[in-house]
Amino acid sequence: MAPAVLHWLTDPWAEPLMRRAFLEIVLLGVAGGALGGWVLQYQLSYSAESLAHALLPGLVLSALTGIPLLVGGAAGLLVAAAAVALAGRAPEIGRDTGVAVVVTALLGLGVLLALSPDAPPRLNDLLFGDVLGVSDGDLLAAAALVLVLLAALVLLHSRLLAVGFDRLTAPALGVRPVVVDAALLVLLALVLLVAVQGLGNLLVVSVLIAPATAARALTRRMGTMLLISGATAVLGGAVGLYVSFHLDTAAGASIAATLVLLALAATAGERVARYRATGGGPRTAPR
Amino acid sequence: MTPLIRVEGLRVAYAPPPAAPALDGVEFTVDRGQRVAVLGPNGGGKTTLFRVLLGQLEPGAGTVEVARCAVVPQTERSRLEFPVSALDVAVMGAISRLPWWRRPGRTERVRALRALEAVGLGDHADVTFGELSGGQRQRVLIARALVQDAPVILLDEPFTGLDAVSMQQLEDLLAQLASEGRALLVATHDVEQARRWDRVLCLNRRQIADGGPEVLTRSVLEATYGTELVDIECAVHGHHELVLPPHHHDHEH
Repeated sequence: MAPAVLHWLTDPWAEPLMRRAFLEIVLLGVAGGALGGWVLQYQLSYSAESLAHALLPGLVLSALTGIPLLVGGAAGLLVAAAAVALAGRAPEIGRDTGVAVVVTALLGLGVLLALSPDAPPRLNDLLFGDVLGVSDGDLLAAAALVLVLLAALVLLHSRLLAVGFDRLTAPALGVRPVVVDAALLVLLALVLLVAVQGLGNLLVVSVLIAPATAARALTRRMGTMLLISGATAVLGGAVGLYVSFHLDTAAGASIAATLVLLALAATAGERVARYRATGGGPRTAPR
Repeated sequence: MTPLIRVEGLRVAYAPPPAAPALDGVEFTVDRGQRVAVLGPNGGGKTTLFRVLLGQLEPGAGTVEVARCAVVPQTERSRLEFPVSALDVAVMGAISRLPWWRRPGRTERVRALRALEAVGLGDHADVTFGELSGGQRQRVLIARALVQDAPVILLDEPFTGLDAVSMQQLEDLLAQLASEGRALLVATHDVEQARRWDRVLCLNRRQIADGGPEVLTRSVLEATYGTELVDIECAVHGHHELVLPPHHHDHEH
């Protein structure tokens, strides 16, 4: 390998902060990738994005008052969940509109707080993340999250499959959809809470949705999909960090952009392969 | 011999009076090895009866004693694009017999594979569910019910949309399951098919008839389906068949 290429590849990892950033992105990639497959199959992408945005007031308030971001984010999530539940109960509004109104209002409130004169500097880290500035505490939280999340997903796997496959028949198989849904939302909230530290309020959804979208295009088995999704997230994270280092771009945004490009490439590749095989037919047999 | 299902004076209502009950005055028993055709129009109470037997609906009145039930839903309920193989679907039948902290393991997968072999799909275990034909999907769902190891299997319009070959394969499979001692309740709109089975239960918000195929007289069918029956003369054999207009084959939702 030419020395120039070798330097290009190894230079970023000479910096301790880049090594820590990579470790953080590996942990978040495994967590986000594995959960993202279920988020996609349960059609919770919009909910994931909404929850991430609704976290902002809690994060800003915690930054203003000096309490840990995890605590502020968790409180923000609880308030958002309660507000969404209340708005969804009003029949004249409807669930979809209720979620949109609540999330927009909370995001606006977060931005308003962030722009107040008392706001500390670098509050934009809450929006766009600071994966290069992760602390030991952030890494520990991400590692703990990965352990809890993977254990929960292994335990829930067959039940998640049963509900996702046929929600109406699941109770006859001994699976309660409401319990599975609640467990999935709790895991989603946990991942958002931890991942938002590194990737920020606006980019955190990319690590959940983009790798899973790429994986869904490449396989038709849930287990394989989760593995590919996690691997894609880690690969995208590493490439994003290279881009950030060599082109001097924002790390979080570079990672998000790389992940989206990987998802687009996988989706386009799957379409081309399907077109060649079937002339553009559907992926399933007729009903 | 103790029946596997005993229903007496069953009444189910989704709304308080004066709204009409969804089912009223239903009484029947089902023994081991019986295939029972449940006939009735859409909204006549077939799905409601199944939900009661599965324990998903509390009866407003009457008693229901039933052995453990498995259900084979219409394949249209399942998501064909969902990334699962035939084996994954069959394994789902093992969940109800496991404690919440255990996931299906090797033992359950072997049992599911045997169930797929029993329905003639052992060599399709790794095929994606959505890529199977309609008849094959129906048999995978029956394999899932077999993994549940329930003595009673409820089948919700399993013949809908199948071609003649798949229908015959499925009918043979149901005969085999009944011969093994299982009780099968099959919601169907096919009157001639119902005549070939052991028992018939006719519902139209109340019980119209219960008994052997001989109860399927014109008056019973008219009371069950209204007066929309069509009398067709077979061009080849010359005999007459009572059939339902096509809209009765639409699914209940």
